[in-house]
Amino acid sequence: MLSRTAENLYWLARYIERAEYLARTIDATLRVTALPAAYIGKTNEWDSALLTAGVGQSFYDHYQEANEQNVVEYLSFATENPSSIRNCIEAARLNARSVRTALTGEMWDTINAAWIELQAVWSKGTGSREDLAKFLRFVQETSLRFDGSAYRTMLRNDAYWFSRLGLHLERADNTARILDVKYHVLLPEEEHVGGPLDYYQWTSILRSVSALTAYHWVYRETLKPWLIADLLILNDTLPRSLASCYGNLVRNLDQIGVAYGRQGAAQRHARGIRNRLEHSHMDDIFQHGVHEFIQEFIADNSRLGEIITKQYLL
Amino acid sequence: MAVAFDEMNGHGGIEIRQAYQELSRWLKETPPDALEYRRQEAELLFRRIGITFAVYGDAEAQERLIPFDVIPRILSAKEWALLEKGLKQRVLALNLFLRDIYHGRDILRANIIPEDLIFQNPVFRPEMNGQDVPHDVYVHIAGIDIIRTDPENFIVLEDNARTPSGVSYMLENREIMMRLFPDLFARHRVAPVERYPDELLAALRSVAPRGAAAEPTVALMTPGIYNSAYYEHSFLADKLGIELVEGRDLIVKNDEVFMRTTEGLKRVDVIYRRVDDDFLDPLTFRPDSALGVPGLMSAYAAGNITLANAVGTGIADDKAIYSYMPDIVKFYLSEEPILKNVQTWRCREPQDLAYVLDNLDDLVVKEVHGSGGYGMLIGPAATKATIEAFRDKLKREPEGFIAQPTLALSTCPTCTDKGLAPRHVDLRPFVLTGSEHVTIVPGGLTRVALKEGSLVVNSSQGGGTKDTWILDE
Repeated sequence: MLSRTAENLYWLARYIERAEYLARTIDATLRVTALPAAYIGKTNEWDSALLTAGVGQSFYDHYQEANEQNVVEYLSFATENPSSIRNCIEAARLNARSVRTALTGEMWDTINAAWIELQAVWSKGTGSREDLAKFLRFVQETSLRFDGSAYRTMLRNDAYWFSRLGLHLERADNTARILDVKYHVLLPEEEHVGGPLDYYQWTSILRSVSALTAYHWVYRETLKPWLIADLLILNDTLPRSLASCYGNLVRNLDQIGVAYGRQGAAQRHARGIRNRLEHSHMDDIFQHGVHEFIQEFIADNSRLGEIITKQYLL
Repeated sequence: MAVAFDEMNGHGGIEIRQAYQELSRWLKETPPDALEYRRQEAELLFRRIGITFAVYGDAEAQERLIPFDVIPRILSAKEWALLEKGLKQRVLALNLFLRDIYHGRDILRANIIPEDLIFQNPVFRPEMNGQDVPHDVYVHIAGIDIIRTDPENFIVLEDNARTPSGVSYMLENREIMMRLFPDLFARHRVAPVERYPDELLAALRSVAPRGAAAEPTVALMTPGIYNSAYYEHSFLADKLGIELVEGRDLIVKNDEVFMRTTEGLKRVDVIYRRVDDDFLDPLTFRPDSALGVPGLMSAYAAGNITLANAVGTGIADDKAIYSYMPDIVKFYLSEEPILKNVQTWRCREPQDLAYVLDNLDDLVVKEVHGSGGYGMLIGPAATKATIEAFRDKLKREPEGFIAQPTLALSTCPTCTDKGLAPRHVDLRPFVLTGSEHVTIVPGGLTRVALKEGSLVVNSSQGGGTKDTWILDE
């Protein structure tokens, strides 16, 4: 397929995934900040929301301090924020328009309908909490529909695989960013365990990767920080865990490699990261330093993005 | 201006014309709000599918819908047979004319067309002099604009020999009509249009360079998503199952054209290009073009790529050349032209210019290189000031214009705010020329001027479209 088409599909999937992630982050933050201060401590949750979205710096170019109103605005609608939900959806549709021939009708319909629907939201804004909740739900549903229609209607060829690469790379990045910002509440310090302060932080983390229920099914335990870290990093049954994302990235890259009859740096690099995740234990990671592990992962993950671009998309 | 010929009610409105009898009965049985409901449904469908076009210079309307009118325009099998024959004849002549102009120039030596009209013409491409094009086909896809003023004749208003657009509307209009009005289709035998993409692909493959692989690779080249017809480009690429490429996806190496793919470079044999000549190759034409492919013209000259349509076909849709079309048909085919031309005054000729200047109030004046309904004067509808401004333009640059009588284009019943009313229509059938034969899918794009009394059907000027039915019996 055309390199440009592959590139568009890859970015299209990334933008949709990012939009969904932002919506979930805002949602989770709204819930945790609605709690009385005694339950969550003094940390500014809106500031963490910006950090997990990776826009901490650019935000403070425009605002003095982070509060609900300006962070929601910045993450959802701000045109000056290149990765606001609005810009993600706009960019997704632009990409979709230039690769319409590679999308199925259902996928195009999802994006185009969402874009049309959101025009109205852009113009009148979301005044009430209720409107905001509706909007956030709509964004998540759009991502579900897009993902579902891709899964159910696309031919299983390189177009599908490149779109999946974008999805899983972005997803891995998002999960890693939450861990990067929140790792400190997951540190296994005995005195904190079960304390009310961290308990709500933990549920908030799980909620932002929609894994709160999953946690209970997997561990059948009350919330334990090291198990949360285990779930998000190493448990490959959770679709948003780093291990699961890398299982998928390796699989999709292999499919491309087989179809093209050639493996390359992207396949090797992805396999390297996957192997590291497969052979790690949470104890070792804590010993080695969770923060260092996560930062290394984020760098490795973005390096994979660069390698894929160089190998296929130019 | 006389009352126009109505395609349903004829001239006097006494008797419903044959092809429209069933439709007329159906309209009487159908309550107006049912029609209105389906009209809204149609608009929703168009918006959802994303069939939009852009209007240049109108930031508000970056993506606009062309209004769709649900009342079909109907032609009988007999009318179509005549039209089809005339179109084939015309396009055959156009191709012979283009080959001649860029080779032996018999028609100039026979003094049928003045030389300067060719050589001084900005759309004449000296680069094409003496260059053979694969299978001698220049105009692979032609859109011939047809009007009627009476039941007997079809008249050609314009030949579009460069990159005619609109065929996606022909196909989508039919799809939507079949979804919304299954009952109406059950009562008619309408010739299908859905094989157009297959015929287009067959035509494009048939004209691949002789050295190409047995299964030649065809690609559709678009200027990109900001082009007004981008929707159509992606629609056609999808229907044909070919890659939709932009200039930056193509690269020329050793006079061969390749596209950049995820598996490396892949050879391309035929480019259905929807990019104007000027932007094709920055090395040959406009150096500032970012839409083109450096070296494309040299691959073309080497005979390694087919461009459809060929470079330099603009000379055939020049409106001054148009006025010679009846002579062109006679010269190359030794046949009488089946389709008539509109009477045309060439302002470059002094006695014609004098007549035009004396009669500006009654005439339509067009730029010879104009298209899309831009830059034209409709005398009877224009203000005094506009007419005077045109008079100055005409005196300054007479060779840039032609004039025609203001014709009462035929009308067809159309949904309006005040119920059904007659509106002026034209018709653009699409004529395909491959290496072996010329084919036309029965139908075309009917454009309708939605404003009462308006004669301008162009979508950029507020025109709409209708589904066009050719009855099978």
